[in-house]
Amino acid sequence: MADPIPGDKIPTVIADELHIVYRVNGAKTGKGSATSALSRIVRRGDSPGVRKVHAVRGVSFVSYRGEAVGLIGSNGSGKSTLLRAIAGLLPAESGHVYTDGQPSLLGVNAALMNDLTGERNVILGGLAMGMSREEIKERYQQIVDFSGINEKGDFITLPMRTYSSGMAARLRFSIAAAKDHDVLMIDEALATGDRSFQKRSEDRIRELRKHAGTVFLVSHNNKSIRDTCDRVLWLERGELRMDGPTDEVLKEYEKFTGK
Amino acid sequence: MSDRPSPDDGLSAAGLAAKYGLAVSGARPRLVEYVRQLWGRRHFILAFSQAKLTAQYSQAKLGQLWQVATPLLNAAVYFFIFGVILEADRGMPREVYIPFLVTGVFVFTFTQSSVMAGVRAISGNLGLVRALHFPRAALPVSFALQQLQQLLFSMIVLFVVSIGFGSYPKLSWLLIIPALVLQFLFNTGLALIMARWGASTPDLAQLMPFVMRTWMYASGVMFSIPVMLADKPQWLADVLQWNPAAIYMDLMRFALIDGYGSENLPPHVWAVAGGWAALFALGGFVYFWQSEERYGRG
Repeated sequence: MADPIPGDKIPTVIADELHIVYRVNGAKTGKGSATSALSRIVRRGDSPGVRKVHAVRGVSFVSYRGEAVGLIGSNGSGKSTLLRAIAGLLPAESGHVYTDGQPSLLGVNAALMNDLTGERNVILGGLAMGMSREEIKERYQQIVDFSGINEKGDFITLPMRTYSSGMAARLRFSIAAAKDHDVLMIDEALATGDRSFQKRSEDRIRELRKHAGTVFLVSHNNKSIRDTCDRVLWLERGELRMDGPTDEVLKEYEKFTGK
Repeated sequence: MSDRPSPDDGLSAAGLAAKYGLAVSGARPRLVEYVRQLWGRRHFILAFSQAKLTAQYSQAKLGQLWQVATPLLNAAVYFFIFGVILEADRGMPREVYIPFLVTGVFVFTFTQSSVMAGVRAISGNLGLVRALHFPRAALPVSFALQQLQQLLFSMIVLFVVSIGFGSYPKLSWLLIIPALVLQFLFNTGLALIMARWGASTPDLAQLMPFVMRTWMYASGVMFSIPVMLADKPQWLADVLQWNPAAIYMDLMRFALIDGYGSENLPPHVWAVAGGWAALFALGGFVYFWQSEERYGRG
């Protein structure tokens, strides 16, 4: 997915010296006892009981319309945090992210409730993503068919807690993928469900990519990065270690991880 | 990609963003725009509150019957302790005292649970806040709405109790509607304030039960304030009677119970009820909005 006309690159996401810091309560020391918590408050150190985790440190890049950008790096290198910050879901400590339109994370897991039926979760998830009731009604059958939940009987009218983990994951992906997005961010969503569903979801992601202006993909699977992305950002310890064409960066990354 | 020459070379990030009309991601919208966005999410707010309500009892065998059974049991416990053992009725006839007590318990519980849900509205739903875009006020509003629906179930019990003790449906029962609307506005505003506090200080969830209990005992849920405080200074009774929880309880009792006339209400009670509602609903909303872009920070 290269730019249609060179020299006519329209930026869609600009990150400028972005820093993200998490504040974690109750993790200052190894001891979590009440007395140590109390002594921390009494001693009045700098913000008692709070530990700071500097997850993203000064990342800058510009991505353009039509690009598919892969994010790689070892566990805990700040990939998911960076995605959330681009989406405007995590406030930045310093620096800025500018975007064209509203970037969306692919995923509605947090809005769904295990105690509700699959049917109601489809509606709730759709509304949570900002779809209208009419849009949901229109796409309802499509979502259910895509998930394949009803292939083995009428499961969609059962509470989601009765689903197997694979079934639940399939339904979640189907709901999340029902909406078209401007700037789409996918966080390791490819590896859900059985083989046939994986194939179907890969096709759907390709389709979503066609409609989306820019795609960000976080994955540990170098093959899926190679298949879908034309540019890769490599994060390590919250810093941007490399930014370039997929092949170059992946070669260095594979050398680094010792493959 | 980066080696291709571009006319944009040399522009700063902010300049580049301005040139192509890019906006800061996750910036706080202006107040009017925020209200518009929130209104656009009204279906989500309603669906989320109903889903929470349904999910509450979905594992129980009696299912949604608990929506009515829980308030009924609550009323029975309070009646047993305050009506039978402590005899807090202080000369109120029994057919007034029991609906008086049950109304107080339900109306106060409405405010209490809205506050408690508000405290955890953001801090308890960080996953949702960090995954999807929506005006964050949708969460506390939705939780307050859930409590309103819960109260409507309780109203069934309340009607049965009233009729059982000789207060039959009459025209003044219609006053229940404006009273509930005003209390809902008040509760929503309070939930919004609590949500902002709770987002930065989750410890409030531990502290609030004590605050709420104090408020409950001070608001005359199980006794009449003027009667109980007859030998105390007048200003104390006034303060307690003018507090919003007591006002909304008294309005509901006045509407519902035959033997509870306007002599039990403080003067200008509707104006006060409306004032509290407007103050908290508007103030709470603006207060919550001012911190909009910071919700979700860990």
